[in-house]
Amino acid sequence: MRHALVAALNATCALLLAMAPAKADGSTVPEAERMAFQAFFFAKFPQVAKEDFGNGPYAVNEGMRKQWQEIMQFPPYELALDEGHVEWDKPFANGKHYADCFDNKGEGIRQTYPRFIAASGQVETLEGAINRCRVENGEPPLEPMTGTMASLAAVMSESSRGKPFAITIPDDPRALAAYERGKEFFYSRKGQLGVSCASCHMSPAGERMRGDILAPALGILAGMPIYRSDWGSMGTSIRRISTCSSQTRALPLQADDEEYRNLEYFMSYMSNGIPIVGPGTRP
Amino acid sequence: MSKSLFTYVVLTGAVLSLPAHADDVKAGQDLALDRAKGNCLACHTIKGGDAPSSVGRELAGIKRRFPNRADLVEILMDEPKRNLVAPMPPFGRNRILTRSEIEKIIDFLYTL
Repeated sequence: MRHALVAALNATCALLLAMAPAKADGSTVPEAERMAFQAFFFAKFPQVAKEDFGNGPYAVNEGMRKQWQEIMQFPPYELALDEGHVEWDKPFANGKHYADCFDNKGEGIRQTYPRFIAASGQVETLEGAINRCRVENGEPPLEPMTGTMASLAAVMSESSRGKPFAITIPDDPRALAAYERGKEFFYSRKGQLGVSCASCHMSPAGERMRGDILAPALGILAGMPIYRSDWGSMGTSIRRISTCSSQTRALPLQADDEEYRNLEYFMSYMSNGIPIVGPGTRP
Repeated sequence: MSKSLFTYVVLTGAVLSLPAHADDVKAGQDLALDRAKGNCLACHTIKGGDAPSSVGRELAGIKRRFPNRADLVEILMDEPKRNLVAPMPPFGRNRILTRSEIEKIIDFLYTL
């Protein structure tokens, strides 16, 4: 039954893709691509609930899941959450707070990032929005990959748990172009190893790579930021992506490079409908 | 001097024409397992190797699966050229391995 449904969905996606005109508002092509992308993973992991994809390797591997359940008795990101709440509540020198910069005082909105910002014509990540908030209030920007930034991202993710990714591509050709460039990055082979994001996180997802299990691309950013044992500390989405670049033996881009922001935009849009589960933990 | 060099060249030529010299098999194994070189275990299982991986097929029965050595050379030189979506790196094209290192790795693979 499930297979029949998936097959029907695939057929529908193929039909949609074939019919989809290259509309400038981007409402048709990315949506058909998202459906096909998700159908691929739902068919590959029929036993994994949609809500669980943000848990990466723990969602797709039983042995890893048992280890994780033990780790989660004392989640290693708790310290970062504590630090993050203190920082979040602390006023800037001008008396304003982080909450003043965001919709709904910053609560339960992580699933709407990254966003396309019309004023800049570019994609802004969650961490980019936090730093813009600081700079607009006269504070220096934070290092975007770890430390206080990761703690603040953890706070914003925590209040958004359970809310499905809801990334929008507004009716602006620059937004669609950003999505397209993110997609191109995702599927392009890079680094001396000549592998793409897709090389590891599409077909081989769930497979074993020495001691690790490759996480599915679907929902991979829903668990961010993460405490990663390999780092021994917290890291934001861009720290993880930057690490991926190094692992392919590519020179990582600057953390706020437009290419990385576009990549996050594409990856998050592909995960629309997958609930936020961050902050998370990884081996 | 020139006589010993001549002898060396002739002997080396003779060795290369023979199937898989034991030293090359050992060198190939070292290159295959070296994380900075072949790093085959990152994606493949090799009998006796630690931490088995399952991204690619187990490296076993290679002679039966690839009786034609040239096929293995092509795969190790540039697998993405043969299969665009294969996760395998283009070891030769991206100069992760030299051609002579690839030949030694193939000598080792043929023992599996």
